[in-house]
Amino acid sequence: MENSGASQHRILTAREAGYVGCRMCGRANPVGAHVCTRCGSKLPTNGRAGLQPVWAWLIAGLIAYIPANLWPMLRTSVFGRTQESTIIGGVVELVEYGSYGVAFIVFLASVMIPIAKFIAIAYLAITLEGRTRLSTHDRMKLYEVVEFIGRWSMIDVFVVAILTALVQLDFAVAINPGIAAASFALSVAFTMLAAQSFDPRLIWDGPQKAGHYGKSGTKS
Amino acid sequence: MDSSSSLIVCPECDALHYDQDIPADSIGRCMRCGTVLAAQHAGAMTRITMLALAALVLMVAAIFFPFLDLRSHGLEHRASILDAILAFSRGPMIMLSIAVAVLIVALPVLRLLALVYVFAPMALGWHPARHAKAAFRFAEQVKPWSMAEIFIIGVAVALVKVAGIAKVEIGPAFWALAALVLITVLKDTFMCRFTVWKTLARRNTGS
Repeated sequence: MENSGASQHRILTAREAGYVGCRMCGRANPVGAHVCTRCGSKLPTNGRAGLQPVWAWLIAGLIAYIPANLWPMLRTSVFGRTQESTIIGGVVELVEYGSYGVAFIVFLASVMIPIAKFIAIAYLAITLEGRTRLSTHDRMKLYEVVEFIGRWSMIDVFVVAILTALVQLDFAVAINPGIAAASFALSVAFTMLAAQSFDPRLIWDGPQKAGHYGKSGTKS
Repeated sequence: MDSSSSLIVCPECDALHYDQDIPADSIGRCMRCGTVLAAQHAGAMTRITMLALAALVLMVAAIFFPFLDLRSHGLEHRASILDAILAFSRGPMIMLSIAVAVLIVALPVLRLLALVYVFAPMALGWHPARHAKAAFRFAEQVKPWSMAEIFIIGVAVALVKVAGIAKVEIGPAFWALAALVLITVLKDTFMCRFTVWKTLARRNTGS
């Protein structure tokens, strides 16, 4: 598509032109609008969503992630003998069965992705001000990956739900959920909210000084 | 129409573009970050409506038919998605039960109903239904939270875990759910959010 400032060398943004873009429908709203005139979505006060909710959700997710790893995820009873396994324990079990592929998927979804997400979101929020090694495009890609991949961490919660529903053969074999299933689900939900509340346009805005946006009249 | 309605703003990088009509079956991308800003598919409204209706039918099958059948030590147990939802319902884990129900049944069903509500009148060439904007906003907001496809992978992982202690067979609901995921993906590729919003706004002012 053609940029409105295509005659100049640089890209003209909606903020510089005195508009507030709606992230839901792409409408250019006049500065000061609180609700998008096309789709009715709420617009952030400064034209950009703040970082405060991002940090709040991220910390909540991090706190919930600790018990998720320490407490058991599954309690398996075979003929009255109960065995408890944590997230990592479940992965080790799968490796012992020889299912390396599935073990890798579970390890990826419940260990690697959550930790990588915590780091990535914090990195994106911290590097908004000041110099960074990654280019703007790379940080944008990082954000897209984080936003896309976050929901897949729910796999382990669903696995626990399925196993609990399926493996109920009276006293012979029974599987029950552990408390970690709940805290892990919460952790995933919180980090999803952290990623959603992050405004990627902040990455493109670059480091900003207060009162910098002369034309649009907004201050950050 | 004021001048700002001929502009379109990239939701990811804030670059301002002139909103041009693009040819059928093509997509328009943001000049700076490459985000898709417009997509035109012939008959998209009709296709989305039909696919959403098909998905709703499959959803009913997926919920009530057994999706896994387990045999061990002469005992048999069948589980439907309903059972998986009720799995946590004993004791304090009831909250998790509700969360699973919301993520794999309630939100996908509500989202499909909202899409039918928005697109069916438009596919028939009528004016958008009352509150169509609110319904479409809801459908877009719950999109990341409707997790049927993640549940499918969960079933696959559970199969491998159980294989050690019992014999497991896949039931009809599993295939219904798999088809549902495919249809949902297909439907979402036909749907361009910005184009839908513009159409909604245009047809509303036309009344």
